[in-house]
Amino acid sequence: MNLTSEPPTLDPALAQDSVSFTVLTGLYEGLTRKDADGKVIPGMAESWDVSDDMKTYTFHLRKDAKWSNGDPVTAHDFEYAWKRVLDPDMNPASPYAYQLYYIKNAQNYNIKQDNPNHISDPNQVGVKATDDDTLVVNLENPTPYFLSVTSFWTLFPVHQSAKSNSAWAAEANTIVSNGPFKITTWKHGNEIDLVPNENYYAKDEVKLQKVHFVMVKNSATELKMYQTGQLNYSGFPTGEIPIEQIAKLQQTNKDELRIKPIASTYYYNFNTTKEPFDNANIRKAFALAVDRQQLVDKVTKGGQEPALGAVPPSIMGEKQSFREEYPDTDLFKPDVAEAKQLLAQGLKEKGWTQLPPVTLTINEGTGHKQIAEALADMWRKNLGVDVKIETQEWKVFLKNRQSLNYQIARSGWSADYNDPMTFIDMFTSTSGNNDIGFKNAQYDELVKKALASGDQHERMQLLSQAENILIKDNMAILPLYYYTGVHMVNKNLQNIVMDYQGMVDYTRSYVK
Amino acid sequence: MKDTRANGLTKEMFRKLSFRPPAETLAGESVPVWRDVLRRLASSKLAMSGVVFLVLLAIMAIVGPLVSPHDYYTNNLDHTNEPPSSEYWFGTDSLGRDLFSRIWMGARISLTVGLAAAMIDLVIGIVYGGIMGYVGGRTDEAMNKISEILYSIPYLLVVILLLVVLEPSMWTIILALSVTGWINMSWIVRGQIMQLKNQEYVLAARSMGAGGARMLFKHLIPNTLGPIIVTLTLTVPSAIFSEAFLSFLGLGVQSPAASWGTMINDSLTSFTLYPWQMAFPAVLISLTMLAFNVFGDGLRDAFDPKLKK
Amino acid sequence: MVRYWGGKLGSVLLSLFLLATATFFLMKAIPGDPFTAEKAVPPEIKAKLMSFYGLDKPVWEQYLIYLKKLVHLDLGMSMKSQYRTVSSIISDSFGFSFRLGIFAIVVSVIVGVGLGIVSAMHHRKLIDGTAMVLAVLGVSVPNFVLASLLQYVFGEELNWFNVAGLNGPLDYVLPVIALSSLPIAYIARLTRSTMLEVLTAEYIKTAKAKGLPNRVIILKHALRNAVLPVLTYLGPMTANIVTGSVIVEEIFGIPGLGQYFVDSVSNRDYTLIMGITLFYAVILMVARLLTDIAYGFVDPRIGFRSRKEVSR
Repeated sequence: MNLTSEPPTLDPALAQDSVSFTVLTGLYEGLTRKDADGKVIPGMAESWDVSDDMKTYTFHLRKDAKWSNGDPVTAHDFEYAWKRVLDPDMNPASPYAYQLYYIKNAQNYNIKQDNPNHISDPNQVGVKATDDDTLVVNLENPTPYFLSVTSFWTLFPVHQSAKSNSAWAAEANTIVSNGPFKITTWKHGNEIDLVPNENYYAKDEVKLQKVHFVMVKNSATELKMYQTGQLNYSGFPTGEIPIEQIAKLQQTNKDELRIKPIASTYYYNFNTTKEPFDNANIRKAFALAVDRQQLVDKVTKGGQEPALGAVPPSIMGEKQSFREEYPDTDLFKPDVAEAKQLLAQGLKEKGWTQLPPVTLTINEGTGHKQIAEALADMWRKNLGVDVKIETQEWKVFLKNRQSLNYQIARSGWSADYNDPMTFIDMFTSTSGNNDIGFKNAQYDELVKKALASGDQHERMQLLSQAENILIKDNMAILPLYYYTGVHMVNKNLQNIVMDYQGMVDYTRSYVK
Repeated sequence: MKDTRANGLTKEMFRKLSFRPPAETLAGESVPVWRDVLRRLASSKLAMSGVVFLVLLAIMAIVGPLVSPHDYYTNNLDHTNEPPSSEYWFGTDSLGRDLFSRIWMGARISLTVGLAAAMIDLVIGIVYGGIMGYVGGRTDEAMNKISEILYSIPYLLVVILLLVVLEPSMWTIILALSVTGWINMSWIVRGQIMQLKNQEYVLAARSMGAGGARMLFKHLIPNTLGPIIVTLTLTVPSAIFSEAFLSFLGLGVQSPAASWGTMINDSLTSFTLYPWQMAFPAVLISLTMLAFNVFGDGLRDAFDPKLKK
Repeated sequence: MVRYWGGKLGSVLLSLFLLATATFFLMKAIPGDPFTAEKAVPPEIKAKLMSFYGLDKPVWEQYLIYLKKLVHLDLGMSMKSQYRTVSSIISDSFGFSFRLGIFAIVVSVIVGVGLGIVSAMHHRKLIDGTAMVLAVLGVSVPNFVLASLLQYVFGEELNWFNVAGLNGPLDYVLPVIALSSLPIAYIARLTRSTMLEVLTAEYIKTAKAKGLPNRVIILKHALRNAVLPVLTYLGPMTANIVTGSVIVEEIFGIPGLGQYFVDSVSNRDYTLIMGITLFYAVILMVARLLTDIAYGFVDPRIGFRSRKEVSR
């Protein structure tokens, strides 16, 4: 498999990128795992009880769980690992510590600086190993999706030897893991090798003799390596298949090319604080004038689905996909004639005869330029508007976007957990990820209600109402398409599973 | 004192190099030299074919986009990645845009950028390198080290800074390319001057009272013309490709405009499927460079009376 | 002599200090920091990270701290790769770039100078024209195109070589060709051009008149004088090539220093940017110093003068 680049760390507490996560998937296992359909199944915990208010989870760990060095994996290891992530003095701090904020008092323990409510006593954090096999977790709010959170990388256990060696996760020989594989080689910037962990409780299920990761940045090279047999897996999530090659591969490698919808949305940000996009009708005009079907068929070419909403179809709703329960076609319908009308109306509201110059800001990177050019062309043909495209270096771009220094900017969001909330709470007025300047009291209220509710039906309704405000009423963002994870798997390699997020689980794979 | 000397030179040097080829002093002829050079240049068939090609190229860059039935920016998503045909003479790109128009629009950008960057490198490089080599000693040491420091500063950082400070435009690209582009040229000139300044005829001229500036630009620089022209012919294509890199980072031509460099860049992942998307710009760059080279060679030979046969 | 070398060393150290200063402030002037990401890290966590790496202090203070460490030859820890030191990253990756680079330089010099001599001796003949066309292709086909083509034809289609990696001796072939095409072209053109000038010089004519064999004239006299611009070019070229070409490394999947450098800038991995920049500068300055010394061997008058002037 290709990782494209060196994983910045193999410490579950510090990891925050798909490269590190992909390697960690093989090395570690959390309390729960997910099966091929994305259902939560037992991992290190063989069973669990949930209290009626959905605020207390009691996990019962399996007794045969062992670390790669033979030590038993106990509930204390989990308590240690989670409190380590939350430790306010951990250096460097865990960037994904907020994945544990569902736990009672976790946030107030984690944050010391400028926090009057800071809790200095780790014992008040709602995670406790009552004996070697029992872990009791108390949550702040009823969180129906907490079980799926426990399979997240940041919540993996860490061997207690990390206490004495802070640099343990930088070299292969000091990493002790509890998962299906253990690491044997880590040649920095070059390759990583995993072999089966003989102490793993389900070692019979692990069939691969070795997982070999390379770090090749160039997508054309990656494809050539796949085609010459140097790679058995290529493409998403840690690699990439060149867009222009997909159509051909669909013919030549039909059995191997897979296109899997994943829980990420590609959209454009409107800066709702800056002219001309402080006007909702002008925003709507731009959104309605885009032919999304043509965009995914002719430009992105990766089998993506046109998006009219923020929440992608692979996110679960109450009983089935959220999008099936609340279709995005109810949000708006692209229509060039209506778009023209809306533009005229918006201009009138603003008292303009024509639109001021508009610049679309994008970052360098595959495909973004093509998409921007296609959209600019649609806007020119359908609205008669000339939109200038400006490419920016990645971090310069992010800085500008975060400080609302743009008019329209490219954006994309991927799920942190399998719930619409992960796409909705980012647009509340206090969210650190709200980079569109959107402030709506009603929206904030709906999100707050949904956070406090334990009733799935009610939550989904509240979240759908919020999405309506965001898109149908305000068109604060311009949804374009729901991502797919395009990848290729050697036809002899069975049971490699891509989950709803696009992360890949190779631990139960075997060679036919 | 050295400073005034250096300043006085810039202007004079420029004139001499362009209009009064200094080889004249060596040949010691009295006919206007440029006419002589031109005559010799014109008699070289190879050099002239280079000139003819360059003129054709310039004409196409101007009229090319006008004669094509399609403009360079309109997408035609039903005709993407088409091979050359009677409708699209050079085929289409991944958004169905007409490559014929794009090639000649790209020629405008690439040729302007390449030539402007090369000229700036030439002027700064010769003056800076000339002074380093001729004055020598501590001045040389200091100027040499300054150029090495500039050369070592991470170019990417400079580019990102320019990107933040300046609006993207052709001039920004040329500026970005010139910040460090001249250094190689100056080092080549320095090395040549150091070698030449101790040769007999230079020592003789000096003992006859020839001044520093006159010495440098009349006697020394002309004799380093060979390496200078060779370096110059290297600068043009490297500027064309650096432009693609700068555009990629957001400094430079912005879409839908294209240059030869960005066209090649864009076609890189699909050249096995749609070879024409890479072939047209790549072949044109190579032919242009060949034309510059035969012209450069002819020019050099024309300046050098020793080679007359 | 001691004073001469002492002076050289002093000026190198002074230059490194100036370079470190310029790069440091330049790096701080550009937007973004190591923790700018698509998913914004909560501000409180980001504040903790910034203070751990000392990035919450005023820039001049950070600069002084960095200099102090630098004096003790401590390049610090990478801000991206957790718990890895900058020096270990450089030493891990430099080996790949260096081995590849040395091969490429040797090939460039031998082929380039050879081609140049042959062209000059057969001025305006077919062989000269062919060499010129080759050289022009060398400079006008950029190495990312050449590398991709080589990889496609010899790696994927013919399957003679691995498309990526640097594990066996055969893996060197394609990257070395891609790396050396431009230097070969440039060196060949330089050699040809200076050789032509030297061949018409008086002393060569004298040597010819004396009846010395052509080969002796070429090798002993003409080449010696013609090689100077090639030497000039070799200095910076060596520094550039042994520290790695991003493009060639990226296309052939070689874990060299060039890729790390580009990544360090896009990650804003401040310590790594500084470390690699200074490392590069040391190599560049040493290479240029060696060039100057080599001038002296080629043409003793140059060496004598510059030495005298410096020690004055």
